[in-house]
Amino acid sequence: MNIVVCIKQVPDTTEVKINPVTGTLIRDGVPSIINPDDKGGLEVALQLKDKYGAHVTVITMGLPQADAVLREAFAMGVDKAILLTDRKLGGADTLATSNALAGALRTMDVDLIITGRQAIDGDTAQVGPQIAEHLGLPQVSYVVGLDVKDGKYIVKKETEEGYQMLEVEGKCVLTTLASAFKPRYMTVAGIVDAYDREVEIWGADKIDVDASKIGKAGSPTNVYKSFTKELKPAGEKFEVEPEEAVELIVAKLKEKHII
Amino acid sequence: MNFELTKTQQLFKQMIREFAEKEVKPLAAEVDEQERFPMETVQKMAKLGIFGIPIPKQYGGAGGDQIMYTIAVEELSRCCATTGVIVSAHTSLCCAPILEHGTEEQKMKYLPKLASGEWIGAFGLTEPNAGTDASAQQTTAVLDGDEYVLNGSKIFITNAGYADVYVVATMTDKSLGNKGITTFIVEKGTPGFSIGKKEQKMGIRGSATCELIFENCRIPKENLLGRIGGGFKVAMKTLDGGRIGIASQALGIAQGAMDETVKYTKERKQFGKSISQFQNTAFQMAELETKVQAARLLVRSAAFKEDKGMPFSADAAMAKLFAAQTAMEVTTKAVQFHGGYGYTREYPVERMMRDAKITEIYEGTSEVQRMVISAKLFK
Repeated sequence: MNIVVCIKQVPDTTEVKINPVTGTLIRDGVPSIINPDDKGGLEVALQLKDKYGAHVTVITMGLPQADAVLREAFAMGVDKAILLTDRKLGGADTLATSNALAGALRTMDVDLIITGRQAIDGDTAQVGPQIAEHLGLPQVSYVVGLDVKDGKYIVKKETEEGYQMLEVEGKCVLTTLASAFKPRYMTVAGIVDAYDREVEIWGADKIDVDASKIGKAGSPTNVYKSFTKELKPAGEKFEVEPEEAVELIVAKLKEKHII
Repeated sequence: MNFELTKTQQLFKQMIREFAEKEVKPLAAEVDEQERFPMETVQKMAKLGIFGIPIPKQYGGAGGDQIMYTIAVEELSRCCATTGVIVSAHTSLCCAPILEHGTEEQKMKYLPKLASGEWIGAFGLTEPNAGTDASAQQTTAVLDGDEYVLNGSKIFITNAGYADVYVVATMTDKSLGNKGITTFIVEKGTPGFSIGKKEQKMGIRGSATCELIFENCRIPKENLLGRIGGGFKVAMKTLDGGRIGIASQALGIAQGAMDETVKYTKERKQFGKSISQFQNTAFQMAELETKVQAARLLVRSAAFKEDKGMPFSADAAMAKLFAAQTAMEVTTKAVQFHGGYGYTREYPVERMMRDAKITEIYEGTSEVQRMVISAKLFK
């Protein structure tokens, strides 16, 4: 079983502060980490490696310094690491990113593609599902459990109401939640070897995708404005019985001409 | 000259810091309070390879360097000094002498299991009447056929009871003084070898510190470590390395107390402002931070020299002397900055102050470090 896990290097947003004047993130001196949902995906892939001897490849698209997260992945136990980096890929939005990653995945012999649900810097949750669409593959998002039985993936998916248990046959894309998979620590021996191993560097010419679909040119999204969320007052709070509450809510909605 | 950690060392620091914060710190107060050896942490560390950091790969270790090892002991001790010394005693006092002085057979027999953490190591030198004066060893080893027969006792032995392998100093010829000392490897469970009284201590209370008792304990003569009469050198060389470990432990305790104090003094308000905003606090903290950083440079410089195969005995002594003094000063002041709360067990600085004291005493007291440093100075 060949598993490819797509990971992203992100600033550790728990340590990021906002510049109150410009409203932008202050990234200076903020450590970069593997995006938590992606790290969860890496963990579940490594669990399949432990159980069934799967071969785990990790791929990231980014600047050359994204090499650091691939070294961390090596130290956690992955078999192969690819850094997709090229000026032609710069300025990509989620669509161009998913096109580039899908282009890389088309060239690979892969049985299962795992991405994190969403990245803590952009929070779009789009790249994983878009990859599945580009490749015409079935997808399950919000995955919190995964095993393989009789050649099928047994997938536990989190929904707003509870969980769904799904069976998926054949090649597919799964997006994972960090909360479900506690990532393993890097091992000391893995760390010692991490920088002696080879990270494959792939440019735009190495992937199978239309050049118009990647980078800035392939990105229809434009940032119109960024701003710091305004704090709203706490609002009114009523503690009443349900019957009374219905009347109260209806009255309030009418008062504001909502209904 | 480069003061930056290598990328590998940085990656290692990232892992061990996260491990210590998540797995070690939550247990620190309980381990201290209950005087409990943290076996569950030991098992987790074993799985990650923390018991074999500087042991070469051919003997089952990770093949890391001494700098990485000092980072490990520092980061573990920053959260829990007990956990730090378990790793330090195992690595520096048991694995290192076997690696340095053992035969190939001994290395192949002991190091893979020690490096994997399946076996824990300990070292027995101190006796009731042989502390700083290690040459006054009274434990004897007498050759009888193919076996040595050991008689005597050791005290204050770290990891005792939980360790599977002990490097033990004995007297094989009293008339020769230092040159009559010989070291052996003794395995747990050898008939005639037992663990005696467990000490109740001021600090590092989760660390097992016990007496070793040898009563006609027969060990195969292949367990001789080094050569007959070479034990004093083995012990002194071992302690040189051990001092880097304990200096790292002291450094970690100091850093832990600094971090707690920075956090507390920013949060604690008196007279309408954070106490960190008072110049008395800020300037004292600046002094302490400078000392902690100086201690770290001494520790890493000694480890660097050990890695390069350069003489490092005096460097290790300076690192330990200064880091231990710094740990004591920082933790004492940390308690003061915390005021009444600092004197309670609600805050960790009280434990850190008790833990710091031992670093001025074991693996050579601060007085011994001054002897080592001045001996080099006036040679």
